[in-house]
Amino acid sequence: MALDKNGIAQRIAQELKHGYYVNLGIGIPTLVANYIPKGIDVEFQSENGMLGMGPFPIDGEESADLINAGKQTITAEPGATFFDSSTSFAMIRGQHVHLTVLGAMEVSDQGDIANWKIPGKMVKGMGGAMDLVASAQNIIVAMMHINRAGESKLLRQCTLPLTGVKCVSKVVTELAVMEITDNGFKLLERAPGVSVEQIQQATEGRLIIEGEIPEMKL
Amino acid sequence: MAINKVVASVTEAVQGIESGMTFMFGGFGLCGIPENAIAAVRASGIKELTCISNNAGVDGFGLGLLLETRQVKKMISSYVGENDEFERQMLSGELDVELIPQGTLAERCRAAGAGIPAFFTPAGYGTEVAIGKEVRWFNGKPHLLEHAFNADFAFVKAQKGDTAGNLIFNATARNFNHAMAMAGKITVAEVEELVPVGELDPNEIHTPGIFVQRIFKGAHFEKRIENRTVRK
Repeated sequence: MALDKNGIAQRIAQELKHGYYVNLGIGIPTLVANYIPKGIDVEFQSENGMLGMGPFPIDGEESADLINAGKQTITAEPGATFFDSSTSFAMIRGQHVHLTVLGAMEVSDQGDIANWKIPGKMVKGMGGAMDLVASAQNIIVAMMHINRAGESKLLRQCTLPLTGVKCVSKVVTELAVMEITDNGFKLLERAPGVSVEQIQQATEGRLIIEGEIPEMKL
Repeated sequence: MAINKVVASVTEAVQGIESGMTFMFGGFGLCGIPENAIAAVRASGIKELTCISNNAGVDGFGLGLLLETRQVKKMISSYVGENDEFERQMLSGELDVELIPQGTLAERCRAAGAGIPAFFTPAGYGTEVAIGKEVRWFNGKPHLLEHAFNADFAFVKAQKGDTAGNLIFNATARNFNHAMAMAGKITVAEVEELVPVGELDPNEIHTPGIFVQRIFKGAHFEKRIENRTVRK
Protein backbone atom coordinates (compact mmCIF):
# COMPACT_ATOMS: atom_id res chain seq x y z
CA MET A 1 0.00 0.00 0.00
CA ALA A 2 1.22 3.47 -0.83
CA LEU A 3 2.31 5.54 2.17
CA ASP A 4 0.42 8.52 3.48
CA LYS A 5 2.17 11.79 4.30
CA ASN A 6 3.05 10.58 7.79
CA GLY A 7 4.55 7.42 6.32
CA ILE A 8 6.76 9.48 4.01
CA ALA A 9 7.87 11.59 7.00
CA GLN A 10 8.51 8.46 9.06
CA ARG A 11 10.72 6.98 6.33
CA ILE A 12 12.69 10.25 5.94
CA ALA A 13 13.23 10.38 9.71
CA GLN A 14 15.33 7.22 9.33
CA GLU A 15 17.86 9.40 7.47
CA LEU A 16 18.47 11.52 10.59
CA LYS A 17 21.78 10.88 12.29
CA HIS A 18 23.06 11.76 15.73
CA GLY A 19 24.45 15.29 15.82
CA TYR A 20 22.66 16.50 12.70
CA TYR A 21 21.42 20.07 12.31
CA VAL A 22 18.36 19.78 10.08
CA ASN A 23 16.24 22.24 8.14
CA LEU A 24 12.68 21.05 7.48
CA GLY A 25 10.56 22.74 4.84
CA ILE A 26 6.83 23.41 4.98
CA GLY A 27 4.32 20.55 4.50
CA ILE A 28 5.33 16.88 4.71
CA PRO A 29 8.90 17.78 5.82
CA THR A 30 7.55 19.40 9.00
CA LEU A 31 6.11 16.01 10.01
CA VAL A 32 9.60 14.46 10.07
CA ALA A 33 10.13 16.04 13.51
CA ASN A 34 7.47 13.68 14.90
CA TYR A 35 9.55 10.58 14.11
CA ILE A 36 13.08 11.27 15.39
CA PRO A 37 14.66 7.84 16.00
CA LYS A 38 15.16 7.00 19.67
CA GLY A 39 18.58 7.59 21.15
CA ILE A 40 19.81 10.28 18.74
CA ASP A 41 20.04 14.04 19.21
CA VAL A 42 19.28 16.40 16.34
CA GLU A 43 18.51 20.12 16.25
CA PHE A 44 16.07 21.74 13.88
CA GLN A 45 17.00 24.98 12.18
CA SER A 46 14.30 27.39 11.09
CA GLU A 47 15.61 29.86 8.53
CA ASN A 48 13.71 32.79 10.01
CA GLY A 49 16.27 32.68 12.77
CA MET A 50 16.41 29.83 15.25
CA LEU A 51 18.14 26.59 16.11
CA GLY A 52 16.63 24.13 18.54
CA MET A 53 13.05 24.45 17.41
CA GLY A 54 10.60 22.49 19.56
CA PRO A 55 7.02 21.32 19.09
CA PHE A 56 3.95 23.54 18.74
CA PRO A 57 3.07 25.32 22.01
CA ILE A 58 0.34 24.29 24.42
CA ASP A 59 -2.85 26.28 23.85
CA GLY A 60 -2.44 29.66 25.58
CA GLU A 61 1.36 29.65 25.58
CA GLU A 62 1.85 30.78 21.99
CA SER A 63 3.88 33.92 21.29
CA ALA A 64 3.73 36.26 18.30
CA ASP A 65 7.51 36.58 18.57
CA LEU A 66 8.24 32.85 18.28
CA ILE A 67 7.38 31.32 14.93
CA ASN A 68 8.84 28.94 12.36
CA ALA A 69 9.46 29.62 8.68
CA GLY A 70 5.86 28.61 7.94
CA LYS A 71 4.79 31.39 10.36
CA GLN A 72 3.36 28.82 12.76
CA THR A 73 3.73 29.42 16.49
CA ILE A 74 6.34 27.08 17.96
CA THR A 75 8.46 26.54 21.07
CA ALA A 76 12.18 26.54 21.81
CA GLU A 77 14.01 23.48 23.15
CA PRO A 78 16.59 23.87 25.95
CA GLY A 79 19.80 25.06 24.28
CA ALA A 80 17.94 26.86 21.49
CA THR A 81 19.39 30.01 19.98
CA PHE A 82 17.93 32.93 18.07
CA PHE A 83 19.78 34.90 15.44
CA ASP A 84 19.20 37.31 12.59
CA SER A 85 18.35 36.31 9.01
CA SER A 86 21.82 36.95 7.57
CA THR A 87 23.39 34.70 10.23
CA SER A 88 20.72 32.09 9.55
CA PHE A 89 21.62 31.97 5.87
CA ALA A 90 25.32 31.97 6.73
CA MET A 91 24.58 28.64 8.45
CA ILE A 92 22.82 27.41 5.33
CA ARG A 93 25.20 28.79 2.70
CA GLY A 94 28.20 27.88 4.81
CA GLN A 95 27.02 24.24 4.87
CA HIS A 96 26.73 24.05 8.64
CA VAL A 97 23.29 22.44 8.26
CA HIS A 98 23.65 18.71 7.60
CA LEU A 99 20.31 17.81 6.09
CA THR A 100 17.59 19.72 4.29
CA VAL A 101 14.18 18.19 3.70
CA LEU A 102 11.80 19.99 1.40
CA GLY A 103 8.74 19.48 -0.74
CA ALA A 104 8.64 19.74 -4.53
CA MET A 105 6.22 20.06 -7.41
CA GLU A 106 8.68 18.39 -9.79
CA VAL A 107 12.08 16.70 -9.59
CA SER A 108 14.16 15.70 -12.61
CA ASP A 109 16.27 12.57 -12.87
CA GLN A 110 19.41 14.75 -12.73
CA GLY A 111 18.35 16.21 -9.40
CA ASP A 112 16.84 19.50 -10.56
CA ILE A 113 13.96 20.70 -8.41
CA ALA A 114 10.97 22.97 -9.08
CA ASN A 115 8.89 24.02 -6.11
CA TRP A 116 8.25 27.75 -6.10
CA LYS A 117 6.22 28.94 -9.03
CA ILE A 118 3.49 27.90 -11.44
CA PRO A 119 3.50 30.60 -14.12
CA GLY A 120 0.19 32.42 -14.33
CA LYS A 121 -1.21 30.50 -11.36
CA MET A 122 0.82 30.40 -8.22
CA VAL A 123 3.27 33.20 -7.61
CA LYS A 124 4.21 33.20 -3.97
CA GLY A 125 7.98 33.33 -4.10
CA MET A 126 10.88 31.05 -3.33
CA GLY A 127 11.42 32.06 0.29
CA GLY A 128 14.60 30.36 1.45
CA ALA A 129 14.31 27.36 -0.88
CA MET A 130 16.80 28.58 -3.51
CA ASP A 131 19.47 29.32 -0.89
CA LEU A 132 18.89 25.92 0.72
CA VAL A 133 19.08 23.85 -2.46
CA ALA A 134 22.05 25.78 -3.85
CA SER A 135 24.20 25.15 -0.79
CA ALA A 136 23.05 22.10 1.14
CA GLN A 137 25.06 18.94 0.51
CA ASN A 138 22.31 16.55 1.53
CA ILE A 139 18.87 17.35 0.19
CA ILE A 140 15.96 14.97 0.53
CA VAL A 141 12.75 15.75 -1.28
CA ALA A 142 9.48 14.64 0.31
CA MET A 143 6.74 14.56 -2.30
CA MET A 144 3.89 12.63 -3.88
CA HIS A 145 4.96 10.58 -6.87
CA ILE A 146 2.07 11.69 -9.07
CA ASN A 147 0.04 14.89 -9.16
CA ARG A 148 -3.74 15.25 -8.87
CA ALA A 149 -4.09 14.89 -12.63
CA GLY A 150 -2.38 11.51 -12.41
CA GLU A 151 0.87 12.71 -14.03
CA SER A 152 4.32 11.81 -12.81
CA LYS A 153 6.19 14.47 -10.81
CA LEU A 154 9.48 12.59 -11.26
CA LEU A 155 10.51 13.71 -14.70
CA ARG A 156 13.24 13.52 -17.31
CA GLN A 157 13.23 17.36 -17.30
CA CYS A 158 11.30 19.73 -15.04
CA THR A 159 8.64 21.75 -16.86
CA LEU A 160 8.11 24.38 -14.13
CA PRO A 161 10.56 27.19 -13.28
CA LEU A 162 13.50 25.69 -11.41
CA THR A 163 14.43 26.29 -7.80
CA GLY A 164 17.85 24.70 -8.22
CA VAL A 165 19.86 22.49 -10.58
CA LYS A 166 21.50 19.12 -9.89
CA CYS A 167 21.05 19.44 -6.16
CA VAL A 168 18.67 16.75 -4.87
CA SER A 169 20.27 13.66 -3.30
CA LYS A 170 17.22 11.53 -2.50
CA VAL A 171 13.49 11.50 -3.16
CA VAL A 172 10.99 9.82 -0.85
CA THR A 173 7.43 9.45 -2.15
CA GLU A 174 4.35 7.46 -1.18
CA LEU A 175 5.68 4.68 -3.44
CA ALA A 176 9.45 4.60 -3.18
CA VAL A 177 12.83 5.80 -1.97
CA MET A 178 15.15 6.83 -4.80
CA GLU A 179 18.65 8.19 -4.99
CA ILE A 180 19.67 10.63 -7.73
CA THR A 181 22.58 9.29 -9.78
CA ASP A 182 24.22 10.44 -13.00
CA ASN A 183 21.95 8.03 -14.88
CA GLY A 184 18.66 8.83 -13.22
CA PHE A 185 16.53 7.82 -10.22
CA LYS A 186 18.04 4.74 -8.65
CA LEU A 187 15.30 2.77 -6.93
CA LEU A 188 16.39 1.89 -3.39
CA GLU A 189 13.19 0.81 -1.62
CA ARG A 190 9.52 0.17 -2.34
CA ALA A 191 6.66 1.20 -0.06
CA PRO A 192 5.10 -1.84 1.62
CA GLY A 193 3.05 -3.81 -0.91
CA VAL A 194 3.97 -1.55 -3.85
CA SER A 195 5.46 -3.31 -6.88
CA VAL A 196 8.43 -2.21 -8.96
CA GLU A 197 6.04 -2.06 -11.95
CA GLN A 198 3.80 0.43 -10.14
CA ILE A 199 6.80 2.62 -9.41
CA GLN A 200 8.07 2.32 -12.98
CA GLN A 201 4.64 3.30 -14.30
CA ALA A 202 4.46 6.37 -12.03
CA THR A 203 7.96 7.58 -12.97
CA GLU A 204 8.44 9.54 -16.18
CA GLY A 205 12.17 10.10 -15.65
CA ARG A 206 14.80 7.39 -16.03
CA LEU A 207 14.41 4.78 -13.30
CA ILE A 208 17.29 2.47 -12.52
CA ILE A 209 16.27 -0.90 -11.15
CA GLU A 210 19.10 -3.13 -10.04
CA GLY A 211 18.44 -6.52 -8.46
CA GLU A 212 15.83 -7.16 -5.79
CA ILE A 213 14.31 -3.94 -4.46
CA PRO A 214 13.58 -4.29 -0.75
CA GLU A 215 10.46 -3.01 0.99
CA MET A 216 10.80 -0.06 3.33
CA LYS A 217 10.86 -0.94 7.00
CA LEU A 218 8.75 1.50 9.00
CA MET B 1 28.17 60.66 26.99
CA ALA B 2 26.13 58.36 24.85
CA ILE B 3 24.51 59.98 21.86
CA ASN B 4 20.78 60.45 22.31
CA LYS B 5 18.70 59.08 19.40
CA VAL B 6 15.28 59.44 20.94
CA VAL B 7 12.48 61.13 19.02
CA ALA B 8 9.24 62.02 20.74
CA SER B 9 6.80 60.37 18.36
CA VAL B 10 6.44 58.24 15.28
CA THR B 11 5.60 61.41 13.33
CA GLU B 12 8.99 62.86 14.20
CA ALA B 13 10.62 59.48 13.53
CA VAL B 14 9.47 59.45 9.89
CA GLN B 15 10.46 63.08 9.16
CA GLY B 16 11.94 63.29 5.67
CA ILE B 17 10.05 60.43 4.02
CA GLU B 18 9.02 61.30 0.47
CA SER B 19 7.25 59.76 -2.48
CA GLY B 20 9.51 57.67 -4.68
CA MET B 21 11.85 56.60 -1.88
CA THR B 22 13.09 53.10 -1.09
CA PHE B 23 12.21 51.74 2.35
CA MET B 24 13.22 48.59 4.20
CA PHE B 25 10.77 47.05 6.64
CA GLY B 26 11.98 44.44 9.15
CA GLY B 27 9.94 41.41 10.06
CA PHE B 28 9.23 37.87 8.92
CA GLY B 29 5.57 37.40 8.12
CA LEU B 30 3.91 39.53 10.80
CA CYS B 31 6.59 38.68 13.37
CA GLY B 32 8.72 41.66 14.39
CA ILE B 33 7.25 44.18 11.95
CA PRO B 34 7.48 47.95 12.63
CA GLU B 35 3.74 48.46 13.05
CA ASN B 36 3.96 52.09 14.13
CA ALA B 37 6.17 53.17 11.23
CA ILE B 38 3.91 51.38 8.73
CA ALA B 39 0.92 53.27 10.13
CA ALA B 40 2.83 56.58 9.88
CA VAL B 41 3.90 55.94 6.28
CA ARG B 42 0.29 55.14 5.44
CA ALA B 43 -0.95 58.30 7.16
CA SER B 44 1.63 60.42 5.30
CA GLY B 45 0.02 59.53 1.98
CA ILE B 46 3.37 59.39 0.14
CA LYS B 47 3.34 57.19 -2.95
CA GLU B 48 5.47 55.38 -5.54
CA LEU B 49 7.44 53.59 -2.85
CA THR B 50 9.87 50.74 -3.35
CA CYS B 51 9.58 48.44 -0.35
CA ILE B 52 12.17 45.86 0.62
CA SER B 53 10.67 43.37 3.02
CA ASN B 54 10.81 39.58 3.24
CA ASN B 55 7.01 39.41 3.00
CA ALA B 56 4.22 41.76 2.02
CA GLY B 57 1.98 41.45 5.07
CA VAL B 58 -1.57 40.17 4.91
CA ASP B 59 -4.79 41.82 3.77
CA GLY B 60 -5.39 44.74 6.14
CA PHE B 61 -2.29 44.31 8.30
CA GLY B 62 1.45 44.85 8.06
CA LEU B 63 2.54 46.04 4.64
CA GLY B 64 -0.91 45.02 3.41
CA LEU B 65 -1.93 48.44 4.78
CA LEU B 66 0.30 50.26 2.27
CA LEU B 67 -0.84 48.05 -0.61
CA GLU B 68 -4.46 48.78 0.19
CA THR B 69 -3.82 52.50 -0.31
CA ARG B 70 -1.71 51.89 -3.49
CA GLN B 71 1.31 53.59 -1.98
CA VAL B 72 3.69 50.88 -3.16
CA LYS B 73 5.07 50.91 -6.69
CA LYS B 74 7.51 48.05 -6.27
CA MET B 75 7.92 45.26 -3.77
CA ILE B 76 11.20 43.35 -3.28
CA SER B 77 10.52 40.19 -1.25
CA SER B 78 11.22 36.48 -1.02
CA TYR B 79 7.72 35.22 -0.26
CA VAL B 80 4.40 36.97 -0.75
CA GLY B 81 1.90 34.15 -0.50
CA GLU B 82 -0.46 35.45 2.17
CA ASN B 83 -2.00 38.50 0.61
CA ASP B 84 -4.91 38.52 -1.88
CA GLU B 85 -4.71 42.25 -2.62
CA PHE B 86 -1.01 41.86 -3.32
CA GLU B 87 -1.65 39.02 -5.74
CA ARG B 88 -4.38 40.98 -7.48
CA GLN B 89 -2.16 44.07 -7.96
CA MET B 90 0.75 41.92 -9.11
CA LEU B 91 -1.26 39.92 -11.66
CA SER B 92 -2.94 43.08 -13.01
CA GLY B 93 0.46 44.75 -13.41
CA GLU B 94 -0.29 47.64 -11.02
CA LEU B 95 2.49 46.47 -8.74
CA ASP B 96 6.03 45.69 -9.79
CA VAL B 97 7.37 42.68 -7.89
CA GLU B 98 10.90 41.36 -7.63
CA LEU B 99 11.11 37.99 -5.91
CA ILE B 100 14.56 37.04 -4.68
CA PRO B 101 15.96 34.23 -2.53
CA GLN B 102 15.60 34.90 1.18
CA GLY B 103 19.28 34.46 2.01
CA THR B 104 20.21 36.77 -0.86
CA LEU B 105 17.71 39.33 0.47
CA ALA B 106 19.27 39.15 3.95
CA GLU B 107 22.82 39.36 2.61
CA ARG B 108 21.99 42.30 0.32
CA CYS B 109 20.84 44.13 3.46
CA ARG B 110 23.87 43.11 5.50
CA ALA B 111 26.25 43.97 2.65
CA ALA B 112 24.68 47.44 2.36
CA GLY B 113 25.38 48.08 6.03
CA ALA B 114 28.83 46.53 5.93
CA GLY B 115 30.18 48.53 2.99
CA ILE B 116 30.28 45.53 0.63
CA PRO B 117 28.93 46.73 -2.75
CA ALA B 118 28.34 43.24 -4.16
CA PHE B 119 29.00 39.58 -3.42
CA PHE B 120 28.74 36.14 -5.01
CA THR B 121 26.21 33.55 -3.86
CA PRO B 122 25.25 30.15 -5.27
CA ALA B 123 21.53 30.76 -4.63
CA GLY B 124 19.47 30.99 -7.80
CA TYR B 125 22.05 29.70 -10.26
CA GLY B 126 20.32 27.98 -13.19
CA THR B 127 16.95 29.58 -12.32
CA GLU B 128 15.15 32.68 -13.57
CA VAL B 129 16.75 34.59 -10.68
CA ALA B 130 20.05 34.28 -12.57
CA ILE B 131 18.84 36.05 -15.71
CA GLY B 132 21.13 38.96 -16.56
CA LYS B 133 23.51 38.31 -13.67
CA GLU B 134 27.24 37.72 -13.84
CA VAL B 135 28.22 34.11 -13.09
CA ARG B 136 31.59 33.15 -11.66
CA TRP B 137 32.89 29.80 -10.53
CA PHE B 138 34.52 29.40 -7.13
CA ASN B 139 35.58 26.04 -5.65
CA GLY B 140 34.05 24.28 -8.63
CA LYS B 141 30.60 25.79 -8.15
CA PRO B 142 28.76 28.54 -10.07
CA HIS B 143 27.80 31.72 -8.19
CA LEU B 144 25.74 34.80 -9.05
CA LEU B 145 26.86 38.37 -8.49
CA GLU B 146 24.35 40.14 -6.26
CA HIS B 147 24.43 43.79 -5.24
CA ALA B 148 23.91 45.49 -1.90
CA PHE B 149 20.63 47.32 -1.50
CA ASN B 150 20.35 51.05 -1.23
CA ALA B 151 17.57 52.19 1.09
CA ASP B 152 16.63 55.73 2.11
CA PHE B 153 15.01 54.55 5.32
CA ALA B 154 15.02 51.27 7.24
CA PHE B 155 12.16 50.73 9.67
CA VAL B 156 12.85 48.11 12.31
CA LYS B 157 11.22 46.87 15.48
CA ALA B 158 12.87 45.62 18.66
CA GLN B 159 11.65 44.41 22.02
CA LYS B 160 13.84 46.75 23.98
CA GLY B 161 16.07 49.70 23.22
CA ASP B 162 17.92 52.40 25.06
CA THR B 163 18.18 56.11 24.36
CA ALA B 164 21.48 55.52 22.49
CA GLY B 165 19.67 53.31 19.97
CA ASN B 166 21.05 49.97 21.20
CA LEU B 167 18.57 47.20 20.45
CA ILE B 168 17.57 43.84 21.91
CA PHE B 169 15.14 41.61 20.07
CA ASN B 170 12.89 38.86 21.34
CA ALA B 171 13.06 35.33 19.93
CA THR B 172 12.45 35.04 16.16
CA ALA B 173 11.27 38.66 15.96
CA ARG B 174 14.92 39.54 15.27
CA ASN B 175 14.86 38.13 11.70
CA PHE B 176 15.56 40.89 9.12
CA ASN B 177 15.52 43.72 11.67
CA HIS B 178 19.22 43.53 12.47
CA ALA B 179 20.59 43.50 8.91
CA MET B 180 18.10 46.18 7.81
CA ALA B 181 19.06 48.39 10.75
CA MET B 182 22.64 48.18 9.47
CA ALA B 183 21.55 49.04 5.93
CA GLY B 184 19.29 52.09 6.18
CA LYS B 185 20.67 55.57 5.37
CA ILE B 186 18.31 56.55 8.15
CA THR B 187 17.29 53.71 10.44
CA VAL B 188 14.22 54.21 12.57
CA ALA B 189 13.77 51.76 15.43
CA GLU B 190 10.52 51.35 17.29
CA VAL B 191 10.64 49.47 20.57
CA GLU B 192 8.16 48.05 23.04
CA GLU B 193 10.28 49.23 25.93
CA LEU B 194 12.62 52.24 25.91
CA VAL B 195 15.12 52.54 28.75
CA PRO B 196 17.83 55.08 29.71
CA VAL B 197 21.41 54.32 28.63
CA GLY B 198 23.23 52.16 31.10
CA GLU B 199 20.25 49.94 31.81
CA LEU B 200 20.99 47.41 29.09
CA ASP B 201 23.88 45.03 29.66
CA PRO B 202 26.38 45.79 26.85
CA ASN B 203 26.97 42.03 26.57
CA GLU B 204 23.35 41.43 25.68
CA ILE B 205 22.87 44.02 22.93
CA HIS B 206 22.04 42.56 19.51
CA THR B 207 22.25 45.70 17.36
CA PRO B 208 24.65 48.48 18.43
CA GLY B 209 23.15 51.97 18.40
CA ILE B 210 25.61 53.18 15.76
CA PHE B 211 23.25 51.64 13.19
CA VAL B 212 20.20 53.46 14.54
CA GLN B 213 19.54 57.14 13.87
CA ARG B 214 16.13 57.48 15.54
CA ILE B 215 14.44 55.48 18.26
CA PHE B 216 11.02 55.77 19.86
CA LYS B 217 8.68 53.77 22.03
CA GLY B 218 5.84 52.49 19.87
CA ALA B 219 2.45 53.74 21.06
CA HIS B 220 0.75 50.48 20.21
CA PHE B 221 1.74 46.98 19.13
CA GLU B 222 -0.97 44.59 18.03
CA LYS B 223 1.52 41.76 17.38
CA ARG B 224 -0.95 39.74 15.38
CA ILE B 225 -0.23 36.02 15.00
CA GLU B 226 -0.44 34.93 11.37
CA ASN B 227 -0.69 31.18 11.84
CA ARG B 228 -1.62 30.24 15.39
CA THR B 229 -0.74 26.56 15.80
CA VAL B 230 -0.96 24.66 19.08
CA ARG B 231 -0.32 21.10 20.21
CA LYS B 232 -3.23 18.72 19.71
